[in-house]
Amino acid sequence: MVGDPGLDELYREIILEHYRSPKRKRHLEAHNRHADGSNPLCGDQIVVEARVDDGRVSDVGFTGQGCSISQASASLMTDYVVGRPVDEALEAVGAFQQMMTTGEAPSGVDLGDIEALLGVAKFPVRVKCASLGWKTLEQALKRGEPASEAAPVTTDERSM
Amino acid sequence: MTIERRAFDTRSIRRDFPILKREVHGKPLVYLDNAATSQKPVQVIAEITRYYRDTNANIHRGVHTLSQEATQQYEDVREKVRALIGGRRVEEVVYTSGTTMSLNLVARGWARHRLRAGDEVVLTEIEHHSNIVPWQQLRDEIGIVLRFIPMLPDGTLDMEEARRLIGPRTRLLSVTHASNALGTIVPVRELADLAHAQGALVCVDGAQSVPHMPVDVTELGADFLAFSGHKMLGPTGTGVLWARHEVLEEMEPLFGGGDMILTVTLEESTWNEIPYRFEAGTPNIEGVIALGKAIDYLTALGMDQVRAHEVELLDYALRRLGDLPGVTLFGPPEVERRGGVVSFDLEGVHPHDIGQVLDSHGVAVRTGHHCAQPVMAALRVPATARASFYIYNTPDEVDALAEAVADAARFFGGATGATGAAHGG
Repeated sequence: MVGDPGLDELYREIILEHYRSPKRKRHLEAHNRHADGSNPLCGDQIVVEARVDDGRVSDVGFTGQGCSISQASASLMTDYVVGRPVDEALEAVGAFQQMMTTGEAPSGVDLGDIEALLGVAKFPVRVKCASLGWKTLEQALKRGEPASEAAPVTTDERSM
Repeated sequence: MTIERRAFDTRSIRRDFPILKREVHGKPLVYLDNAATSQKPVQVIAEITRYYRDTNANIHRGVHTLSQEATQQYEDVREKVRALIGGRRVEEVVYTSGTTMSLNLVARGWARHRLRAGDEVVLTEIEHHSNIVPWQQLRDEIGIVLRFIPMLPDGTLDMEEARRLIGPRTRLLSVTHASNALGTIVPVRELADLAHAQGALVCVDGAQSVPHMPVDVTELGADFLAFSGHKMLGPTGTGVLWARHEVLEEMEPLFGGGDMILTVTLEESTWNEIPYRFEAGTPNIEGVIALGKAIDYLTALGMDQVRAHEVELLDYALRRLGDLPGVTLFGPPEVERRGGVVSFDLEGVHPHDIGQVLDSHGVAVRTGHHCAQPVMAALRVPATARASFYIYNTPDEVDALAEAVADAARFFGGATGATGAAHGG
Protein backbone atom coordinates (compact mmCIF):
# COMPACT_ATOMS: atom_id res chain seq x y z
CA MET A 1 0.00 0.00 0.00
CA VAL A 2 0.90 3.62 -0.21
CA GLY A 3 3.42 4.05 2.54
CA ASP A 4 3.64 7.75 3.15
CA PRO A 5 0.98 9.12 5.52
CA GLY A 6 1.16 12.46 3.73
CA LEU A 7 -0.46 10.94 0.67
CA ASP A 8 -3.62 10.16 2.60
CA GLU A 9 -3.75 13.78 3.64
CA LEU A 10 -3.64 14.85 0.02
CA TYR A 11 -5.93 12.20 -1.39
CA ARG A 12 -8.74 12.21 1.19
CA GLU A 13 -11.48 9.70 0.47
CA ILE A 14 -14.00 12.38 -0.46
CA ILE A 15 -11.54 13.75 -3.01
CA LEU A 16 -11.09 10.33 -4.60
CA GLU A 17 -14.89 9.93 -4.70
CA HIS A 18 -15.32 13.22 -6.52
CA TYR A 19 -12.48 12.27 -8.89
CA ARG A 20 -14.06 8.92 -9.69
CA SER A 21 -17.58 10.33 -10.02
CA PRO A 22 -17.31 14.05 -10.66
CA LYS A 23 -20.46 16.15 -10.27
CA ARG A 24 -21.67 18.34 -13.12
CA LYS A 25 -18.83 17.35 -15.43
CA ARG A 26 -20.77 18.15 -18.59
CA HIS A 27 -21.50 20.90 -21.06
CA LEU A 28 -24.12 23.33 -19.88
CA GLU A 29 -26.10 24.10 -23.04
CA ALA A 30 -27.98 26.99 -21.43
CA HIS A 31 -24.90 28.76 -20.06
CA ASN A 32 -24.53 32.52 -20.23
CA ARG A 33 -21.09 32.72 -18.59
CA HIS A 34 -17.97 30.76 -19.46
CA ALA A 35 -14.20 30.81 -19.20
CA ASP A 36 -11.28 28.55 -20.17
CA GLY A 37 -8.51 27.52 -17.81
CA SER A 38 -5.25 25.77 -18.59
CA ASN A 39 -2.09 24.72 -16.76
CA PRO A 40 0.08 23.64 -19.70
CA LEU A 41 2.92 22.41 -17.51
CA CYS A 42 0.79 19.62 -16.01
CA GLY A 43 -1.57 19.26 -18.95
CA ASP A 44 -4.67 20.36 -17.04
CA GLN A 45 -7.45 21.96 -19.06
CA ILE A 46 -10.87 23.08 -17.95
CA VAL A 47 -13.88 24.90 -19.35
CA VAL A 48 -16.32 26.28 -16.80
CA GLU A 49 -19.82 27.17 -17.99
CA ALA A 50 -22.38 28.81 -15.72
CA ARG A 51 -25.98 29.94 -15.92
CA VAL A 52 -26.66 33.12 -14.00
CA ASP A 53 -30.26 34.25 -13.50
CA ASP A 54 -31.15 37.32 -11.43
CA GLY A 55 -27.69 37.47 -9.87
CA ARG A 56 -27.80 33.84 -8.81
CA VAL A 57 -25.78 30.87 -10.13
CA SER A 58 -28.65 28.63 -11.18
CA ASP A 59 -26.42 25.97 -12.72
CA VAL A 60 -22.78 25.30 -13.54
CA GLY A 61 -20.85 22.63 -15.44
CA PHE A 62 -17.24 21.90 -16.28
CA THR A 63 -15.42 19.88 -18.94
CA GLY A 64 -11.80 19.11 -19.62
CA GLN A 65 -9.10 16.89 -18.25
CA GLY A 66 -6.72 16.98 -15.38
CA CYS A 67 -5.34 15.28 -12.32
CA SER A 68 -7.45 13.99 -9.45
CA ILE A 69 -6.95 17.16 -7.41
CA SER A 70 -8.04 19.51 -10.19
CA GLN A 71 -11.05 17.37 -11.10
CA ALA A 72 -12.20 16.78 -7.53
CA SER A 73 -11.76 20.42 -6.63
CA ALA A 74 -13.87 21.53 -9.61
CA SER A 75 -16.53 18.95 -8.77
CA LEU A 76 -16.71 20.05 -5.11
CA MET A 77 -16.83 23.65 -6.27
CA THR A 78 -19.92 23.07 -8.43
CA ASP A 79 -21.68 21.49 -5.44
CA TYR A 80 -21.04 24.61 -3.43
CA VAL A 81 -21.90 27.38 -5.86
CA VAL A 82 -25.10 26.11 -7.47
CA GLY A 83 -28.07 28.07 -6.13
CA ARG A 84 -25.93 30.76 -4.51
CA PRO A 85 -25.81 34.46 -5.39
CA VAL A 86 -22.85 35.41 -7.61
CA ASP A 87 -21.41 37.49 -4.78
CA GLU A 88 -21.34 34.48 -2.49
CA ALA A 89 -19.75 32.31 -5.17
CA LEU A 90 -17.02 34.90 -5.66
CA GLU A 91 -16.57 35.13 -1.91
CA ALA A 92 -16.07 31.35 -1.86
CA VAL A 93 -13.35 31.67 -4.53
CA GLY A 94 -11.55 34.12 -2.23
CA ALA A 95 -12.03 31.86 0.78
CA PHE A 96 -10.71 28.89 -1.17
CA GLN A 97 -7.60 30.80 -2.25
CA GLN A 98 -7.08 31.85 1.35
CA MET A 99 -7.35 28.22 2.43
CA MET A 100 -4.71 27.20 -0.13
CA THR A 101 -2.37 29.97 1.01
CA THR A 102 -2.72 29.57 4.77
CA GLY A 103 -3.44 25.84 5.04
CA GLU A 104 -6.25 26.63 7.44
CA ALA A 105 -10.03 26.59 7.11
CA PRO A 106 -11.20 30.06 6.08
CA SER A 107 -12.78 32.25 8.72
CA GLY A 108 -16.28 33.50 8.15
CA VAL A 109 -17.16 31.11 5.31
CA ASP A 110 -18.10 27.46 5.83
CA LEU A 111 -16.92 25.64 2.73
CA GLY A 112 -18.17 22.27 4.02
CA ASP A 113 -16.75 19.26 2.17
CA ILE A 114 -14.38 21.52 0.26
CA GLU A 115 -12.27 21.73 3.40
CA ALA A 116 -11.17 18.16 2.58
CA LEU A 117 -8.82 19.95 0.16
CA LEU A 118 -6.99 21.55 3.10
CA GLY A 119 -4.25 18.91 2.84
CA VAL A 120 -3.35 20.21 -0.64
CA ALA A 121 -1.80 23.28 0.97
CA LYS A 122 0.94 20.98 2.32
CA PHE A 123 1.87 20.01 -1.25
CA PRO A 124 2.74 23.40 -2.77
CA VAL A 125 3.13 22.07 -6.33
CA ARG A 126 -0.46 20.80 -6.23
CA VAL A 127 -2.05 24.06 -5.08
CA LYS A 128 -2.26 25.22 -8.67
CA CYS A 129 -4.14 22.02 -9.58
CA ALA A 130 -6.75 22.64 -6.88
CA SER A 131 -7.07 26.32 -7.78
CA LEU A 132 -7.57 26.04 -11.54
CA GLY A 133 -11.34 25.41 -11.51
CA TRP A 134 -11.94 28.15 -8.97
CA LYS A 135 -9.94 30.79 -10.81
CA THR A 136 -11.68 29.82 -14.03
CA LEU A 137 -15.11 30.12 -12.38
CA GLU A 138 -14.08 33.50 -11.03
CA GLN A 139 -13.20 34.73 -14.50
CA ALA A 140 -16.45 33.34 -15.94
CA LEU A 141 -18.55 35.14 -13.32
CA LYS A 142 -16.60 38.40 -13.42
CA ARG A 143 -16.57 38.64 -17.19
CA GLY A 144 -20.34 38.90 -17.23
CA GLU A 145 -22.47 38.67 -20.33
CA PRO A 146 -21.83 38.61 -23.19
CA ALA A 147 -18.56 36.82 -22.55
CA SER A 148 -15.66 38.62 -24.14
CA GLU A 149 -12.67 36.73 -25.49
CA ALA A 150 -9.84 36.50 -23.01
CA ALA A 151 -6.67 34.50 -22.55
CA PRO A 152 -7.21 31.23 -20.65
CA VAL A 153 -6.87 31.40 -16.90
CA THR A 154 -3.76 29.73 -15.54
CA THR A 155 -2.52 28.95 -12.06
CA ASP A 156 0.86 27.77 -13.34
CA GLU A 157 3.45 30.19 -12.07
CA ARG A 158 5.48 29.44 -15.13
CA SER A 159 5.42 27.09 -18.07
CA MET A 160 8.66 25.78 -19.45
CA MET B 1 46.38 12.29 -21.30
CA THR B 2 44.85 8.84 -21.29
CA ILE B 3 42.12 7.75 -18.93
CA GLU B 4 42.42 4.29 -17.47
CA ARG B 5 39.43 2.09 -18.23
CA ARG B 6 37.35 0.94 -15.30
CA ALA B 7 35.07 -2.09 -15.15
CA PHE B 8 31.38 -1.22 -15.40
CA ASP B 9 30.25 -2.25 -11.94
CA THR B 10 27.03 -0.57 -10.83
CA ARG B 11 27.66 -1.22 -7.15
CA SER B 12 31.01 0.51 -7.21
CA ILE B 13 29.57 3.31 -9.38
CA ARG B 14 26.78 3.91 -6.85
CA ARG B 15 29.32 4.41 -4.08
CA ASP B 16 30.59 7.47 -5.98
CA PHE B 17 27.20 9.22 -5.79
CA PRO B 18 26.53 10.47 -2.24
CA ILE B 19 22.95 11.53 -3.00
CA LEU B 20 21.95 7.92 -3.74
CA LYS B 21 22.32 7.18 -0.04
CA ARG B 22 19.55 9.53 0.92
CA GLU B 23 15.97 8.60 1.71
CA VAL B 24 12.81 10.26 0.47
CA HIS B 25 9.66 9.84 2.58
CA GLY B 26 11.45 7.11 4.50
CA LYS B 27 12.27 5.11 1.34
CA PRO B 28 15.60 4.79 -0.44
CA LEU B 29 15.81 7.33 -3.25
CA VAL B 30 15.19 5.77 -6.68
CA TYR B 31 16.34 8.51 -9.02
CA LEU B 32 14.82 8.02 -12.47
CA ASP B 33 14.75 11.60 -13.72
CA ASN B 34 18.09 11.53 -15.48
CA ALA B 35 16.78 12.99 -18.73
CA ALA B 36 16.10 16.17 -16.70
CA THR B 37 19.45 16.19 -14.96
CA SER B 38 21.92 13.57 -13.75
CA GLN B 39 23.31 13.19 -10.26
CA LYS B 40 26.98 14.05 -9.64
CA PRO B 41 29.79 11.79 -8.47
CA VAL B 42 32.17 12.78 -5.65
CA GLN B 43 34.88 13.32 -8.25
CA VAL B 44 32.88 16.18 -9.77
CA ILE B 45 31.65 17.60 -6.47
CA ALA B 46 35.17 17.55 -4.99
CA GLU B 47 36.62 19.24 -8.06
CA ILE B 48 34.44 22.32 -7.58
CA THR B 49 35.66 22.65 -3.99
CA ARG B 50 39.25 21.97 -5.01
CA TYR B 51 39.11 24.67 -7.65
CA TYR B 52 37.88 27.31 -5.17
CA ARG B 53 40.27 26.23 -2.44
CA ASP B 54 43.41 25.96 -4.56
CA THR B 55 43.17 27.69 -7.92
CA ASN B 56 40.42 30.31 -8.06
CA ALA B 57 41.39 33.19 -10.36
CA ASN B 58 40.05 34.77 -13.49
CA ILE B 59 41.17 33.18 -16.75
CA HIS B 60 42.95 34.60 -19.82
CA ARG B 61 43.81 37.72 -17.88
CA GLY B 62 46.69 37.50 -15.46
CA VAL B 63 50.36 36.69 -15.62
CA HIS B 64 50.12 35.51 -12.05
CA THR B 65 50.36 31.83 -11.25
CA LEU B 66 46.78 31.26 -10.15
CA SER B 67 45.35 32.83 -13.30
CA GLN B 68 47.63 30.70 -15.44
CA GLU B 69 46.64 27.55 -13.58
CA ALA B 70 42.94 28.33 -13.83
CA THR B 71 43.31 29.12 -17.54
CA GLN B 72 45.19 25.89 -18.16
CA GLN B 73 42.62 23.76 -16.32
CA TYR B 74 39.74 25.50 -18.10
CA GLU B 75 41.35 25.09 -21.51
CA ASP B 76 42.33 21.44 -20.93
CA VAL B 77 38.64 20.52 -20.84
CA ARG B 78 38.24 21.51 -24.51
CA GLU B 79 40.51 18.62 -25.44
CA LYS B 80 38.43 16.22 -23.30
CA VAL B 81 35.27 17.39 -25.04
CA ARG B 82 36.89 17.12 -28.46
CA ALA B 83 38.01 13.59 -27.76
CA LEU B 84 34.58 12.61 -26.41
CA ILE B 85 32.70 13.63 -29.56
CA GLY B 86 35.38 13.01 -32.16
CA GLY B 87 35.93 16.62 -33.20
CA ARG B 88 39.05 17.47 -35.18
CA ARG B 89 40.27 20.64 -33.44
CA VAL B 90 40.03 21.91 -29.87
CA GLU B 91 39.03 25.40 -31.02
CA GLU B 92 35.82 23.90 -32.37
CA VAL B 93 34.57 23.53 -28.78
CA VAL B 94 32.62 26.56 -27.54
CA TYR B 95 31.57 26.57 -23.89
CA THR B 96 27.98 27.66 -23.26
CA SER B 97 25.54 27.52 -20.34
CA GLY B 98 23.82 24.46 -21.79
CA THR B 99 22.03 23.05 -24.82
CA THR B 100 19.48 25.85 -24.90
CA MET B 101 22.16 28.50 -25.19
CA SER B 102 24.05 26.40 -27.73
CA LEU B 103 21.00 26.13 -29.99
CA ASN B 104 20.25 29.82 -29.59
CA LEU B 105 23.84 30.54 -30.57
CA VAL B 106 23.32 28.60 -33.80
CA ALA B 107 20.09 30.50 -34.48
CA ARG B 108 21.40 33.95 -33.55
CA GLY B 109 25.10 33.66 -34.36
CA TRP B 110 24.90 31.66 -37.56
CA ALA B 111 21.39 31.52 -39.05
CA ARG B 112 20.53 35.16 -38.26
CA HIS B 113 23.39 36.28 -40.48
CA ARG B 114 23.49 33.55 -43.12
CA LEU B 115 19.81 33.01 -43.94
CA ARG B 116 17.32 35.20 -45.79
CA ALA B 117 13.55 35.40 -46.09
CA GLY B 118 12.22 32.25 -47.76
CA ASP B 119 15.18 30.07 -46.75
CA GLU B 120 13.98 26.89 -45.10
CA VAL B 121 14.98 25.36 -41.77
CA VAL B 122 13.85 21.75 -41.33
CA LEU B 123 13.03 20.60 -37.79
CA THR B 124 11.04 17.64 -36.48
CA GLU B 125 7.85 17.21 -34.52
CA ILE B 126 9.75 15.53 -31.67
CA GLU B 127 12.06 18.43 -30.84
CA HIS B 128 12.46 19.86 -27.35
CA HIS B 129 11.05 23.38 -27.11
CA SER B 130 14.60 24.75 -27.14
CA ASN B 131 15.03 23.51 -30.72
CA ILE B 132 11.69 25.02 -31.81
CA VAL B 133 11.31 28.38 -30.10
CA PRO B 134 14.60 30.00 -31.26
CA TRP B 135 13.65 29.14 -34.85
CA GLN B 136 10.15 30.58 -34.45
CA GLN B 137 11.70 33.77 -33.09
CA LEU B 138 14.05 33.93 -36.06
CA ARG B 139 11.18 33.21 -38.49
CA ASP B 140 9.26 36.17 -37.08
CA GLU B 141 12.34 38.34 -37.35
CA ILE B 142 13.79 37.54 -40.79
CA GLY B 143 11.12 35.50 -42.55
CA ILE B 144 12.71 32.06 -42.75
CA VAL B 145 10.32 29.17 -43.35
CA LEU B 146 10.09 26.29 -40.85
CA ARG B 147 9.31 22.73 -41.98
CA PHE B 148 8.63 19.92 -39.53
CA ILE B 149 9.31 16.25 -40.22
CA PRO B 150 6.27 14.52 -38.68
CA MET B 151 6.30 11.82 -36.04
CA LEU B 152 4.77 8.41 -36.72
CA PRO B 153 2.54 6.85 -34.02
CA ASP B 154 5.45 4.78 -32.65
CA GLY B 155 7.46 7.93 -31.97
CA THR B 156 9.87 7.53 -34.90
CA LEU B 157 10.14 10.03 -37.74
CA ASP B 158 8.32 9.77 -41.06
CA MET B 159 11.42 9.34 -43.25
CA GLU B 160 9.42 9.38 -46.48
CA GLU B 161 8.12 12.80 -45.55
CA ALA B 162 11.65 13.81 -44.55
CA ARG B 163 12.87 13.05 -48.07
CA ARG B 164 10.09 15.27 -49.44
CA LEU B 165 10.66 18.15 -46.99
CA ILE B 166 14.44 18.40 -47.33
CA GLY B 167 14.83 20.18 -50.65
CA PRO B 168 16.72 22.84 -52.59
CA ARG B 169 15.44 25.65 -50.33
CA THR B 170 16.65 23.88 -47.18
CA ARG B 171 19.57 25.74 -45.63
CA LEU B 172 19.66 24.03 -42.25
CA LEU B 173 18.42 20.80 -40.71
CA SER B 174 18.23 21.05 -36.92
CA VAL B 175 17.28 17.80 -35.31
CA THR B 176 17.46 16.00 -32.00
CA HIS B 177 19.67 12.90 -31.79
CA ALA B 178 17.50 11.33 -29.09
CA SER B 179 14.05 12.52 -28.01
CA ASN B 180 13.83 13.61 -24.38
CA ALA B 181 10.11 12.80 -24.27
CA LEU B 182 10.06 9.37 -25.93
CA GLY B 183 13.67 8.24 -26.16
CA THR B 184 13.48 7.84 -29.94
CA ILE B 185 16.95 7.71 -31.49
CA VAL B 186 16.83 9.65 -34.74
CA PRO B 187 18.72 8.33 -37.80
CA VAL B 188 20.71 11.55 -37.93
CA ARG B 189 23.22 10.34 -40.52
CA GLU B 190 20.52 9.44 -43.01
CA LEU B 191 18.89 12.85 -42.57
CA ALA B 192 22.26 14.63 -42.64
CA ASP B 193 23.11 13.03 -45.98
CA LEU B 194 19.82 14.28 -47.41
CA ALA B 195 20.50 17.79 -46.08
CA HIS B 196 24.12 17.90 -47.24
CA ALA B 197 23.06 16.76 -50.71
CA GLN B 198 21.02 19.98 -50.86
CA GLY B 199 23.94 22.07 -49.62
CA ALA B 200 22.34 22.59 -46.20
CA LEU B 201 24.10 22.43 -42.83
CA VAL B 202 23.14 20.05 -40.03
CA CYS B 203 22.68 20.97 -36.37
CA VAL B 204 22.26 18.13 -33.89
CA ASP B 205 20.70 18.48 -30.42
CA GLY B 206 22.77 15.96 -28.48
CA ALA B 207 21.40 16.76 -25.01
CA GLN B 208 20.00 13.24 -24.64
CA SER B 209 22.62 11.36 -26.65
CA VAL B 210 26.08 12.66 -25.71
CA PRO B 211 25.62 11.66 -22.03
CA HIS B 212 24.33 8.21 -22.89
CA MET B 213 26.01 6.70 -25.95
CA PRO B 214 29.07 6.98 -28.18
CA VAL B 215 28.67 10.09 -30.34
CA ASP B 216 31.02 10.98 -33.18
CA VAL B 217 30.38 14.21 -35.04
CA THR B 218 31.92 12.89 -38.26
CA GLU B 219 29.92 9.68 -38.25
CA LEU B 220 26.75 11.67 -37.50
CA GLY B 221 27.43 14.14 -40.29
CA ALA B 222 26.97 17.04 -37.88
CA ASP B 223 28.07 20.60 -38.62
CA PHE B 224 26.89 21.72 -35.17
CA LEU B 225 26.43 19.63 -32.02
CA ALA B 226 24.78 21.07 -28.91
CA PHE B 227 24.74 19.45 -25.48
CA SER B 228 24.61 20.11 -21.74
CA GLY B 229 27.09 19.28 -18.98
CA HIS B 230 24.54 18.77 -16.23
CA LYS B 231 22.90 15.77 -17.90
CA MET B 232 26.28 13.99 -18.04
CA LEU B 233 27.44 14.14 -14.40
CA GLY B 234 28.67 17.72 -14.69
CA PRO B 235 27.47 20.92 -12.98
CA THR B 236 24.44 22.91 -14.12
CA GLY B 237 25.24 25.97 -16.19
CA THR B 238 27.74 24.12 -18.37
CA GLY B 239 27.28 23.13 -21.98
CA VAL B 240 28.95 22.95 -25.34
CA LEU B 241 28.39 24.06 -28.87
CA TRP B 242 30.72 22.16 -31.14
CA ALA B 243 30.89 23.29 -34.76
CA ARG B 244 33.24 22.69 -37.66
CA HIS B 245 35.82 25.46 -37.52
CA GLU B 246 34.90 26.74 -41.01
CA VAL B 247 31.35 27.21 -39.76
CA LEU B 248 32.45 28.87 -36.52
CA GLU B 249 34.55 31.30 -38.57
CA GLU B 250 31.43 32.52 -40.35
CA MET B 251 29.45 32.99 -37.12
CA GLU B 252 28.89 36.28 -35.33
CA PRO B 253 29.26 36.58 -31.55
CA LEU B 254 26.03 36.86 -29.55
CA PHE B 255 27.41 38.94 -26.73
CA GLY B 256 30.04 41.65 -26.73
CA GLY B 257 32.32 42.24 -23.78
CA GLY B 258 35.46 41.05 -22.12
CA ASP B 259 37.50 38.11 -23.40
CA MET B 260 35.75 38.02 -26.80
CA ILE B 261 37.70 40.91 -28.33
CA LEU B 262 41.22 41.47 -29.65
CA THR B 263 41.20 45.25 -29.75
CA VAL B 264 38.71 47.87 -28.65
CA THR B 265 38.80 51.55 -29.52
CA LEU B 266 36.05 54.04 -28.84
CA GLU B 267 34.95 53.60 -32.46
CA GLU B 268 35.12 49.86 -33.03
CA SER B 269 36.34 46.48 -31.88
CA THR B 270 37.81 43.41 -33.49
CA TRP B 271 36.89 39.90 -32.48
CA ASN B 272 39.11 37.43 -30.76
CA GLU B 273 39.87 34.05 -32.35
CA ILE B 274 37.38 31.19 -32.28
CA PRO B 275 36.18 29.89 -29.87
CA TYR B 276 36.90 32.86 -27.53
CA ARG B 277 34.82 35.31 -29.51
CA PHE B 278 31.73 33.37 -28.44
CA GLU B 279 32.61 33.38 -24.75
CA ALA B 280 32.14 36.96 -23.61
CA GLY B 281 32.62 37.77 -19.94
CA THR B 282 33.96 35.68 -17.10
CA PRO B 283 32.60 32.18 -17.75
CA ASN B 284 31.53 29.34 -15.45
CA ILE B 285 35.16 28.41 -14.76
CA GLU B 286 34.60 25.95 -11.91
CA GLY B 287 31.72 24.39 -13.84
CA VAL B 288 33.81 23.75 -16.93
CA ILE B 289 36.71 22.35 -14.91
CA ALA B 290 34.36 20.03 -13.02
CA LEU B 291 32.76 19.03 -16.34
CA GLY B 292 36.22 17.79 -17.27
CA LYS B 293 36.05 15.40 -14.31
CA ALA B 294 32.60 14.24 -15.45
CA ILE B 295 33.98 13.48 -18.91
CA ASP B 296 36.93 11.61 -17.33
CA TYR B 297 34.43 9.55 -15.31
CA LEU B 298 32.37 8.60 -18.36
CA THR B 299 35.44 7.98 -20.51
CA ALA B 300 36.85 5.59 -17.90
CA LEU B 301 33.61 3.60 -18.01
CA GLY B 302 33.41 3.80 -21.79
CA MET B 303 30.40 5.26 -23.59
CA ASP B 304 29.74 1.88 -25.22
CA GLN B 305 29.42 0.35 -21.75
CA VAL B 306 27.18 3.21 -20.60
CA ARG B 307 24.89 2.55 -23.55
CA ALA B 308 24.91 -1.22 -23.00
CA HIS B 309 23.92 -0.75 -19.36
CA GLU B 310 21.04 1.53 -20.27
CA VAL B 311 19.79 -0.82 -23.01
CA GLU B 312 19.66 -3.60 -20.43
CA LEU B 313 17.64 -1.45 -18.00
CA LEU B 314 15.42 -0.16 -20.77
CA ASP B 315 14.65 -3.65 -22.00
CA TYR B 316 13.76 -4.78 -18.48
CA ALA B 317 11.67 -1.66 -17.76
CA LEU B 318 9.69 -1.99 -20.99
CA ARG B 319 8.85 -5.58 -20.05
CA ARG B 320 8.03 -4.85 -16.38
CA LEU B 321 5.87 -1.80 -17.09
CA GLY B 322 4.36 -3.37 -20.22
CA ASP B 323 3.11 -6.28 -18.09
CA LEU B 324 1.15 -3.96 -15.78
CA PRO B 325 -2.57 -3.67 -16.52
CA GLY B 326 -3.59 -0.24 -17.76
CA VAL B 327 -0.09 0.92 -18.68
CA THR B 328 0.47 2.38 -22.15
CA LEU B 329 4.09 2.71 -23.29
CA PHE B 330 5.00 5.44 -25.77
CA GLY B 331 7.92 5.47 -28.18
CA PRO B 332 9.56 2.83 -30.36
CA PRO B 333 9.24 -0.71 -28.97
CA GLU B 334 12.76 -1.73 -30.12
CA VAL B 335 15.50 -0.89 -27.59
CA GLU B 336 17.99 -0.40 -30.44
CA ARG B 337 16.00 2.61 -31.57
CA ARG B 338 15.61 4.36 -28.24
CA GLY B 339 17.64 5.87 -25.44
CA GLY B 340 17.11 4.99 -21.78
CA VAL B 341 13.77 6.78 -21.53
CA VAL B 342 10.37 5.20 -20.80
CA SER B 343 7.38 7.47 -21.28
CA PHE B 344 4.10 5.96 -20.17
CA ASP B 345 0.63 6.57 -18.87
CA LEU B 346 -1.73 4.65 -16.67
CA GLU B 347 -5.36 4.36 -17.62
CA GLY B 348 -7.59 6.51 -15.44
CA VAL B 349 -4.70 8.08 -13.52
CA HIS B 350 -3.34 11.46 -14.51
CA PRO B 351 0.49 11.58 -14.80
CA HIS B 352 0.62 14.18 -12.05
CA ASP B 353 -1.04 11.72 -9.68
CA ILE B 354 1.29 8.93 -10.83
CA GLY B 355 4.24 11.18 -10.01
CA GLN B 356 2.83 11.98 -6.58
CA VAL B 357 2.33 8.32 -5.62
CA LEU B 358 5.76 7.40 -7.01
CA ASP B 359 7.34 10.18 -4.94
CA SER B 360 5.78 8.70 -1.81
CA HIS B 361 7.71 5.52 -2.71
CA GLY B 362 10.93 7.50 -3.08
CA VAL B 363 10.78 7.09 -6.88
CA ALA B 364 11.63 10.30 -8.75
CA VAL B 365 10.20 10.56 -12.28
CA ARG B 366 9.20 13.49 -14.42
CA THR B 367 5.56 14.09 -15.24
CA GLY B 368 4.15 16.64 -17.64
CA HIS B 369 4.85 17.61 -21.23
CA HIS B 370 8.67 17.33 -20.93
CA CYS B 371 9.12 20.62 -22.82
CA ALA B 372 7.86 18.81 -25.91
CA GLN B 373 4.25 19.90 -26.26
CA PRO B 374 4.07 19.02 -29.99
CA VAL B 375 4.92 15.39 -29.06
CA MET B 376 2.08 15.35 -26.51
CA ALA B 377 -0.27 16.82 -29.13
CA ALA B 378 0.74 14.15 -31.67
CA LEU B 379 0.18 11.39 -29.10
CA ARG B 380 -3.13 13.04 -28.10
CA VAL B 381 -2.24 12.95 -24.42
CA PRO B 382 -2.06 15.97 -22.10
CA ALA B 383 1.09 14.67 -20.41
CA THR B 384 3.02 11.50 -19.65
CA ALA B 385 5.08 10.08 -16.82
CA ARG B 386 8.70 9.49 -17.76
CA ALA B 387 11.37 7.33 -16.17
CA SER B 388 14.91 7.81 -17.49
CA PHE B 389 18.00 5.83 -16.59
CA TYR B 390 21.70 6.36 -16.10
CA ILE B 391 24.86 4.55 -15.10
CA TYR B 392 23.94 4.13 -11.41
CA ASN B 393 20.43 2.70 -11.89
CA THR B 394 19.78 -0.99 -11.26
CA PRO B 395 17.18 -3.63 -12.18
CA ASP B 396 16.04 -3.48 -8.52
CA GLU B 397 15.15 0.15 -9.09
CA VAL B 398 13.13 -0.82 -12.15
CA ASP B 399 11.26 -3.24 -9.86
CA ALA B 400 10.66 -0.41 -7.37
CA LEU B 401 9.30 1.70 -10.23
CA ALA B 402 6.97 -1.05 -11.42
CA GLU B 403 5.71 -1.73 -7.90
CA ALA B 404 5.06 1.97 -7.32
CA VAL B 405 3.14 2.23 -10.61
CA ALA B 406 1.08 -0.82 -9.62
CA ASP B 407 0.38 0.89 -6.30
CA ALA B 408 -0.80 4.03 -8.12
CA ALA B 409 -3.17 1.84 -10.16
CA ARG B 410 -4.54 0.29 -6.96
CA PHE B 411 -4.79 3.63 -5.20
CA PHE B 412 -6.83 5.27 -7.95
CA GLY B 413 -8.42 2.00 -9.09
CA GLY B 414 -12.03 2.31 -10.05
CA ALA B 415 -11.63 5.84 -11.36
CA THR B 416 -12.25 4.66 -14.88
CA GLY B 417 -11.33 1.02 -14.48
CA ALA B 418 -7.59 1.42 -14.09
CA THR B 419 -7.35 -2.16 -12.88
CA GLY B 420 -9.02 -3.46 -16.05
CA ALA B 421 -7.33 -5.15 -18.97
CA ALA B 422 -4.16 -3.75 -20.44
CA HIS B 423 -4.46 -1.77 -23.61
CA GLY B 424 -1.94 -1.57 -26.38
CA GLY B 425 0.99 0.69 -26.99
